[in-house]
Amino acid sequence: MTSSMRSLNWKFSQVFGERHPGEKVEEIDIISAVEFESRGDYLATGDHGGRVVLFERTNGKDYQLRSRKELEHTDSSVTSHPLYSYKTEFQSHEIEFDYLKSLEIGEKINKLRWCASSNNSLFILSTNDRTIKLWKVSDHKVKKIIEMDSNAYISSENALLSEKSFLTDQSIQSVPNGYHLEWITKRPKSTFPTYKESPKMMFKFGECASSRCRRVYSHAHDYNINSISINSDCETFLSADDLRINMWNLEVGNQCFNIIDLKPLDMEDLVEVITSAEFHPAYCNLLAYSSSRGFIRLVDMRQSALCDQNARILQDREAHGSRSFFTEIAASISDIKFAKDGRHILTRDYMNLKLWDLHMESSPIVSFKIHEFLRPKLSELYNGDFIFDKFDCCLSRDGCHFATGTYSNTFKVFCHDGGHTDGTRLEASKNPNRVSHTQECQKNAGLLTIFARGLHWRGHENSRFDSSDCDLDSKLIHLAWHPTTNLIACATKCSLYMYHAESEHF
Amino acid sequence: MATIDEPLYPIAILIDELKNEDIQLRLNSIRRLSTIARALGEERTRKELIPFLSENNDDDDEVLLAMAEELGVFIPYVGGVEHAHVLLPPLETLCTVEETCVRDKAVESLCRIGAQMKESDLVDWFVPLVKRLAAGEWFTARVSSCGLFHVAYPSSPDQLKAELRSIYAQMCQDDTPMVRRAAASNLGKFAATIEQHHLKTDIMSMFEDLTQDDQDSVRLLAVEGCAALGKLLEPQDCIASILPVIVNFSQDKSWRVRYMVANQLYELCEAVGPEATRADLVPAYVRLLRDNEAEVRIAAAGKVTKFCRILSPHLAIQHILPCVKELSTDSSQHVRSALASVIMGMAPVLGKDATIEQLLPIFLSLLKDEFPDVRLNIISKLEQVNQVIGIDLLSQSLLPAIVELAEDRHWRVRLAIIEYIPLLASQLGVGFFDDKLGALCMQWLEDKVFSIREAAATNLKRLAEDFGPEWAMQHIVPEVLEKINNPHYLYRMTVLRAISLLAPVMGADITCQKLLPVVIASSKDRVPNIKFNVAKVLQSLVSVLDQSVVDKTIRPCLVELSEDPDVDVRYFAGQALQACDQVMMSS
Repeated sequence: MTSSMRSLNWKFSQVFGERHPGEKVEEIDIISAVEFESRGDYLATGDHGGRVVLFERTNGKDYQLRSRKELEHTDSSVTSHPLYSYKTEFQSHEIEFDYLKSLEIGEKINKLRWCASSNNSLFILSTNDRTIKLWKVSDHKVKKIIEMDSNAYISSENALLSEKSFLTDQSIQSVPNGYHLEWITKRPKSTFPTYKESPKMMFKFGECASSRCRRVYSHAHDYNINSISINSDCETFLSADDLRINMWNLEVGNQCFNIIDLKPLDMEDLVEVITSAEFHPAYCNLLAYSSSRGFIRLVDMRQSALCDQNARILQDREAHGSRSFFTEIAASISDIKFAKDGRHILTRDYMNLKLWDLHMESSPIVSFKIHEFLRPKLSELYNGDFIFDKFDCCLSRDGCHFATGTYSNTFKVFCHDGGHTDGTRLEASKNPNRVSHTQECQKNAGLLTIFARGLHWRGHENSRFDSSDCDLDSKLIHLAWHPTTNLIACATKCSLYMYHAESEHF
Repeated sequence: MATIDEPLYPIAILIDELKNEDIQLRLNSIRRLSTIARALGEERTRKELIPFLSENNDDDDEVLLAMAEELGVFIPYVGGVEHAHVLLPPLETLCTVEETCVRDKAVESLCRIGAQMKESDLVDWFVPLVKRLAAGEWFTARVSSCGLFHVAYPSSPDQLKAELRSIYAQMCQDDTPMVRRAAASNLGKFAATIEQHHLKTDIMSMFEDLTQDDQDSVRLLAVEGCAALGKLLEPQDCIASILPVIVNFSQDKSWRVRYMVANQLYELCEAVGPEATRADLVPAYVRLLRDNEAEVRIAAAGKVTKFCRILSPHLAIQHILPCVKELSTDSSQHVRSALASVIMGMAPVLGKDATIEQLLPIFLSLLKDEFPDVRLNIISKLEQVNQVIGIDLLSQSLLPAIVELAEDRHWRVRLAIIEYIPLLASQLGVGFFDDKLGALCMQWLEDKVFSIREAAATNLKRLAEDFGPEWAMQHIVPEVLEKINNPHYLYRMTVLRAISLLAPVMGADITCQKLLPVVIASSKDRVPNIKFNVAKVLQSLVSVLDQSVVDKTIRPCLVELSEDPDVDVRYFAGQALQACDQVMMSS
């Protein structure tokens, strides 16, 4: 399969939480994390209000039972793209106050990661700035008692004892195992009810997802947690903050091991911070972390208990052309992702998306420019704090297509085919490909903005790009690629858009 | 304990509570499951209670955990061993839940029940259960199955045995690391039930698979199984198949694996015999003692005594001792600390000459270590050295270290050494103690930290117990009583505390003659805190002293205190007076 020869034709698929233009968006509703479950059957989003919302795939889940090999063969023949529906949501984190440090800890979900699921229960790790939590979401098949005759004669206790025996008394086939009788409603406390009517009248069958926090991993981070990543051994995970990376056992909430500590004795000596960290998808001993100076360090946990010595450092030595205060800030890597093959790493810094081969340390194999027209304006972006925006990146299952977000509610999809590196620009709306059209619309609609900022931008009239089509407040930070098919979920403010693509062969 | 005659009503409530929405009530009910079963009788327990429990598997983990535990001892309630199989279905479902501790408990209970079941029942009921779990869709079931093979295997006919072995081999190659880990950690148990000729072929090939696993976590558990497996094999087979693996592991790239080897190595020595130990395991162990990773050296250093015990003194001196010397100056304090906690045990192994020549300098350097934990670890194991080199030599070198620790900057270190003083005193004898340590014990009474003063008082009491009242009368009491004149009230309070602790040990006479006057005098103290502590001490002395003394001396003093202007003093004096009255009434 020469997937690099394929280009993708993107189409709008679904949207959740769409807002009309001009509709006010509450801060707490803004999405802060998007993550697909490993098979892609579920999608989770976290928001600034500390909530986690789960979506469930509604079509084509039957392939679950087939082996992975079969799947690979049938991959391209799956015609229908995944569709999702709302499943459940829960409040993962609340605002807390650290009394020792007089510090308020926000409830915003920084990262979500799915754990191996079992017995039809889903497990998901969520983290805010300080505390990581493990949530279990499971379906209860619920039998609701609609009506009950509380005047019925008091039965002997065996009627209560076994639903099975009770039901056979009524000469009705026994209900399959696993139904959870919900006794909460309308249940008289002191009497033993019996049912005169047929159970079909009495019970309403339904599914309800319940979520419970199974474990809390806390008090291990002094700085804001930026990443969590689960090891391929399905037993441990890491959590990274600005200066430290800790390793946890999923079963143990009160103890973790520090494996990387960048904190200098004197904070004056601080030169860089950790911005993102991820475990290798297959080798349990390897992890990669990125730094604010644009380095990617590869660490082998087999070497020593404290992994301050990196095994390998990936660093773009060619990118040191025109150095300035701003280019150094812009070099900070905001996200790293291992490709499925475990050999390539995708990184995103402020201006570029770069694909690295672990065997080539001196430069990325390919580098895509995201919004080069902003380069002359780095100082203004710095003044507005935009330069510190931390964009996610993601890549397709085959590792040949990459996506990342930018401003004006758009994201770009690139293809690694050795040739052009322009990529496809898509707007997060129901009409993703109307980019040129949008630009004009925005010019009209954004007249007021242009007027307000007119003075400022008139000076750059000669630049190749007209900056007025770049709406800095509509940034598309979070996005994720479906693990098996070409489907991208991306978040703009509080809306979640999904796009799918069918490959076309040239 | 409930009996069958108990009215049905409470039973009905228990059953009702099994379905209550309040988890605590459900939990209580599960905890009294045996009561319910007894009330229902064996047949209804089998036909109604157990099926009900089988269905009720969607509960909170705490309830499921309790249920898994209760069912493990439920055989008497279902009508004895011949009906034990009815307990399997509910436990089987519990073996598949997501929560690890519930699964583990269910497996434990299944093993317990399986151990009692008849052979034919095992084949009919237990083996199919194991096979079902091993074929489970979710990894949770397969993980649980790994812990059950050793119960199912022995009573199975040959064909079934072959099948079980091949299923276990599949578990060792499962897709999920969780199952492979479970297979690795249960391999030793399963191997113990397997015939020798299958052991060499089937089990060894599973073991080899596991030792070459991609996941470090699986290999770690395989190392743990090495020793257990080695002991099952004939020595020559062990040398042929296990030894190369462990030698390889001792040079594994992952420090975690080497750490595990360092912890396990000494157990393997017995299995392979002295010849192979000398040729292969000693070099491997020496490598681990010199490992680059501090964690590995910590594990290796911690086993140095156990390892030496297996070796001949000659080998230990020749190969291990040089490494121990290096470790005593290791750059990591934790390595030195681990070494210090076991090194004293080497003395009996090496004998007197080698100990004095070679070990003593190491003890001394560890005793002077800058890190207090290292010094403490040495001091806490002194008796082992004492037996070998004798007290004179020891005391010369020991004393400076103890004095230094006694004055350590960290109060927790001082506390630790105080707690060792009675032990030291009994090991070193009265003579040594009087000369060197007596002064220290008094000095601690005036420590800045309360916990130290408190511990110092308790220490005096324990010394008095060990050396007897006469000795205490000579060496402790006068000096303690002298301190009552300290200008600071907190130190005077320490003296009162010491008196109340010493009095029961010293007996009525000494208490009455020496201790009581000091307490009575303190009742005139200008600080109210002292005065109400006097009341408390007097209260505690009532039980020690004769009634006449109480009436003549204690009571008047307390009466006076009960009219004190300070409310607290009055309160405690009143309490003490009440206590006096009670003692008088009862006598």
